[in-house]
Amino acid sequence: MNKKLLGTLSLVLILSFISGCAAKTTGNQDNGDTIKVGVNYELSGDVATYGQNLSDGVLLAIEEINKNGGVFGKQIVPIKVDNKSEDTESANVSTRLATRDKVVALLGPATSGNTKAAIPAATQNKIPLVSASATADDVTVDSNGNVREYIFKTCFSDSFQGVMMAEFALNDLNFKNAAILADSTSDYAKGLSKAFKETFTSQGGKILSEEAYQAKDTDFKAVLTSLKGLNPEVLFVPGYYEEVGLIVRQARELGLNVPILGADGYESPKLTEIAGKGVLNDVYYSSHYSPMDDAEEVVKFKKDFKARYGKEADAFNALGYDLGYFFKDALERAGEVNSEKLKDAFASTKDFKGVTGTVSIDENHNPIKSVTIIEMKDGVPTFLKKLDPK
Amino acid sequence: MEQLLQQLINGISLGSIYALIALGYTMVYGIINLINFAHGDIYMIGAYVGFALTTFLGLGFFPSLLISMLVCSILGMIIEKVAYKPIRNSTRIAALITAISVSLFLEYTMVYFVKPDTRTFPEVLQNKILTLFNGKIIIDLKNIYIILITVLLMAGLQYVVHKTKVGKAMRAVSLDKDAAELMGVDVNKTISYTFAIGSSLAGAAGVLVGVYYNTINPLMGVVPGLKAFVAAVLGGIGIIPGAVFGGFFLGMTETLVSAYGGSVFKDAVAFSILIIVLLIKPNGLLGKTIKEKV
Repeated sequence: MNKKLLGTLSLVLILSFISGCAAKTTGNQDNGDTIKVGVNYELSGDVATYGQNLSDGVLLAIEEINKNGGVFGKQIVPIKVDNKSEDTESANVSTRLATRDKVVALLGPATSGNTKAAIPAATQNKIPLVSASATADDVTVDSNGNVREYIFKTCFSDSFQGVMMAEFALNDLNFKNAAILADSTSDYAKGLSKAFKETFTSQGGKILSEEAYQAKDTDFKAVLTSLKGLNPEVLFVPGYYEEVGLIVRQARELGLNVPILGADGYESPKLTEIAGKGVLNDVYYSSHYSPMDDAEEVVKFKKDFKARYGKEADAFNALGYDLGYFFKDALERAGEVNSEKLKDAFASTKDFKGVTGTVSIDENHNPIKSVTIIEMKDGVPTFLKKLDPK
Repeated sequence: MEQLLQQLINGISLGSIYALIALGYTMVYGIINLINFAHGDIYMIGAYVGFALTTFLGLGFFPSLLISMLVCSILGMIIEKVAYKPIRNSTRIAALITAISVSLFLEYTMVYFVKPDTRTFPEVLQNKILTLFNGKIIIDLKNIYIILITVLLMAGLQYVVHKTKVGKAMRAVSLDKDAAELMGVDVNKTISYTFAIGSSLAGAAGVLVGVYYNTINPLMGVVPGLKAFVAAVLGGIGIIPGAVFGGFFLGMTETLVSAYGGSVFKDAVAFSILIIVLLIKPNGLLGKTIKEKV
């Protein structure tokens, strides 16, 4: 009797275990007449500006797609969650989206750190994850150089931005020596400063000094004073807008008036607010998008975005918007709502035409696309030029 | 040489902020032996009060500074009455835990009400720059304001402590609370005054920092609070000139460390100094010469 009960129990356990595994190996599939997609962003916390703007873009694209009949006649249902700009929360909500909500794909998060935290949830549940702004090199490729099967991005990598900015400093601005002041607490800034240094020195430039600061610092005068003493022609400051705003302001106050170069972490109206309009000149950064681009799809997007949200679209809005259509494009090529097939469709994307540029996914799951250089003039970001990858 | 002078100016500005916050720490410790970890958060609230006054009411720098000092002194007294008075005779660890709780309470209440985003202070002081030695040394008018106001407030504090009745009561309570009470000093009132004065100095520091760095956020008090604690211990906790000395010393050290290539290690150096002082001279650098505490 006891043995029989034990046998039945273990059988039930084994069966449930197998079925559990079976569900996992196929990922999430068609579930009724809607297509559920996870939208996981930093809606509060340190980098809330990025997350909110990306999610606004994604949701606008999904609204448009749904208005035009959806995909396969089904409506896309975005399940929007807040990861509070925290790694652990990002991992939690991704797992919840993949297992409980049974989404077919995960869109977001915004930053590389939060995206990396979501990778295990995506990989274990075999749900493709696409980030439109996680620029770290090791998001799609692990430390051993193996491509992560389920992870994609539609923005260029940190190292790529560092390379492009070094070339911009050498070839466009004709500078031969530079100093670096990097945020030592973020992988983002470290990746950028490494790539910048390698490209700049390998093409005949000289790095005079490499200094660092920590996120949340407010006083940069000491380090800026010592950099000023070295007379660099240009300063490369990879970091985020909060500290960069203060750095630009304090540098100018100290009479360090050389051009300052950076990357897409500068992208925020807060940069102008913190640095102050008058001093924010001669600052260049690489970005994904410029609203001054007059291509047809950019103009249409800007108009639609303004009609929907009542404000001008920025780069993160545009990246989010592209991400929505990138998802739709892959879903249509996948032929059915199946996360496994969707993953293959993402990997084989060729010449997807979006607002932020034309994207083809390479073998490392990174996009091949051009970089937009933005110049700050009296605190106003202006379109300078587009730099194509070599 | 010009580099060094410029760095000294940077260090003195940073140091005067630490000194202002450290003064409040040291006074409270001197009188009731409590390390008031909420002090850095009072400084944060001071900054927000200043922000609200300048942004929404359009007040100028000096009225905002004064009102913000007043608000902080009231807040300091309320905190003392509500949180610290009931545990005055408990163990020191209980007092310490209470102080940490008050600190977290203030931080996250503010996060709830004002959101965690950074806010920018309006320019209430003219952005004027003075140059010396053919433009090699640059002094921002704001640096001068910060240093002058710090020195004025410290002089005022010295006056209150040494020349007034309240100051006499404070010194008496800090020497021997029970004896002071027997001699007719109102201990509760004196402690209240101490909190009020210490907190108002923190409030002033908050407004000054808001004007100087022009960004504020609800967690801005954490690191300066710890640094001011280091400064207070460095000079000898409970000793007013010690806190001032510690503040300037720390600001200068940090500046020089970042100036000579150690920008990543400046916090590490600050806290190493704390450890070294505690090991070698636990009473602080000025701890032996001056016995009197407030």
